[in-house]
Amino acid sequence: MFKELITNLFTNYYETAAVIIFGIGFTTLLLNKNLIKKIIGFNLMDNAVYLFLAAKGYVAGRKAPIVVNNVMDVNAYINPIPAGLVLTGIVVSVSVTAIMLALTVKLYRRYHTLDIDEIAIISRKGGI
Amino acid sequence: MEFLRNMPFFCIILSMVSAVIISIMSDKAARVFSLIVIGAVGIMSSLTLIYVVSIGESYTYYMGHFPAPWGNEIRVGILEAMTATLFSIVMFASVLGGMKRVFIDVAPKKRNFYYIMVDLLLAALLAMIYTNDLFTGYVFIEIMTISACALIMIKDNGHCLVAAAKYMIMSLIGSGLILLGLSMLYDLTGHLLMSNIKEAIELNEASGLYQLPLTVTVGVLCVGIAIKSALFPFHSWLPDAYGYSTATSSALLSSLISKGYIFLLIKIMYRVIGMDVIRETRIGNVFFVFGVVGMIMGSVRAIAQTDVRQMIAYSSVAQIGYIYMGMGLGTELGMLAAIFHIFAHSSAKSMMFISADGLSYVSDDSKEFDDLGGSAIKNPIAGITFTVGACSMIGIPMLAGFIAKVCFADAAINASTIKLVIVMLALAFSTLLNAVYFMRAIISVYRPIKEEDQMKIYPRNPKFIVACLIFIGLNIYLGTNAQPILDLILEGIGMFA
Repeated sequence: MFKELITNLFTNYYETAAVIIFGIGFTTLLLNKNLIKKIIGFNLMDNAVYLFLAAKGYVAGRKAPIVVNNVMDVNAYINPIPAGLVLTGIVVSVSVTAIMLALTVKLYRRYHTLDIDEIAIISRKGGI
Repeated sequence: MEFLRNMPFFCIILSMVSAVIISIMSDKAARVFSLIVIGAVGIMSSLTLIYVVSIGESYTYYMGHFPAPWGNEIRVGILEAMTATLFSIVMFASVLGGMKRVFIDVAPKKRNFYYIMVDLLLAALLAMIYTNDLFTGYVFIEIMTISACALIMIKDNGHCLVAAAKYMIMSLIGSGLILLGLSMLYDLTGHLLMSNIKEAIELNEASGLYQLPLTVTVGVLCVGIAIKSALFPFHSWLPDAYGYSTATSSALLSSLISKGYIFLLIKIMYRVIGMDVIRETRIGNVFFVFGVVGMIMGSVRAIAQTDVRQMIAYSSVAQIGYIYMGMGLGTELGMLAAIFHIFAHSSAKSMMFISADGLSYVSDDSKEFDDLGGSAIKNPIAGITFTVGACSMIGIPMLAGFIAKVCFADAAINASTIKLVIVMLALAFSTLLNAVYFMRAIISVYRPIKEEDQMKIYPRNPKFIVACLIFIGLNIYLGTNAQPILDLILEGIGMFA
């Protein structure tokens, strides 16, 4: 049982790495006080999912689905959908990162700190 | 009649295109245009509802007439059309009623941006309601997050910025989990279309493959959506976001955005995973426990508030708990009660936010109960609307909230004995707590006013009055005419399977 688990984890090392990175990003986003580090954590988390998808979409020995030399066999190519999902996901996470950075700039200009707890305390005391 | 099949697609595309067009409009044109768009979406959704009821079955619409793997699909049933209609009515009234406050709160150069975000929100909501493709659902979840965050932070003060940051952080955690869940589901089944995923899961289930990964996936998806819709332990972002943002934003956030996610979750439960598998994973029991705890804790926290908007915000936590409790009962009647409560709560809560804003308008923009004394006498229509909303939330007969509570009780009788006891106790206790804080609020806004204040005359705001009348009408309609609506919801749930 235990040996099987370890073997599976090592065979699918891309997925294992993706889930570990997801965990690191997740905890950083949730627990770190610094807003910039939170954004980095968010990007790590999303990129881990993209790594997971890309690893799942890759089949060794097959090519990207663009027909060259008239090879019409389906088994010669990989499925393009995971790559499409990754591209869509990247667009989404870029726009979310942009709005989060804009928010951070506004908060920093107002409170002169990046610590979200400190900012919350100042605003609750009716600072600004 | 055949032409009516296109209506859901028109709704989505109209609201998206109008969001783009508004960016070059002046403030006044943006206001009028966005109201027209929301109204048009409401009319088109009700036409869709009539069409779906008349043909008696759901249909799948191919975007650009390309079938599934190449094109994108939307699926229309009674429940989807009903939700879209109700959401657009609530949105229309919320935008109309809070228009003056938006004018005051938002900087002159940014006023048309507000309506871009409102239209974008509408597009995201509609797409989430109608979509038949999980990844499209994810993209629109993110669009909704962005527009919701913009709706909070557009009122440029410290409280709103902090609230927006908190909202954004919790939302990103939620959408990260949803994305991971979707990727794992794609990995398990090889499909992204809801109906295909369900077929593949049934095959896996029959052969006994991938039981544990499927349970993990369901858990990750459900936790992600629970965070986004502010189920009890994840509600930390909610009070600030609802309490400090401008009135329309609070109304939209509490009544539409969180409900949109819950609707997507119900759709995932029925159309993607399948109720049999959901029952086997026992995720319903988790929802049930957190829902019941949320019902009590939200109400207890609401009693402690001295600020009317914060009180309504904590009350939302309790009401979200009701919805999850209904879903957790695991029966069809429980789901019926949960869906009816989505309707009842979205019509009552937006009404309370808008009317509370009318009350603070006549009390020098204060939201504290001490300063609100007599505000309902100075602004009678806001006072009546607030009272009707509060009565609906407590569960006074003739109003929507009462029917929802009866449905919950009815569903509990048909569930297991232990759940019956817990639901009845929680309903009784939570109703009592609701009555405590809402009655206190009503009494304090109807306190007699001092003589020197009686001289002050506040200008009437016709838009606000119209919005209040729409809300009161909607609540009384849902409360007095519930049986046909409940029948339609049941039929809609039948179409999901």
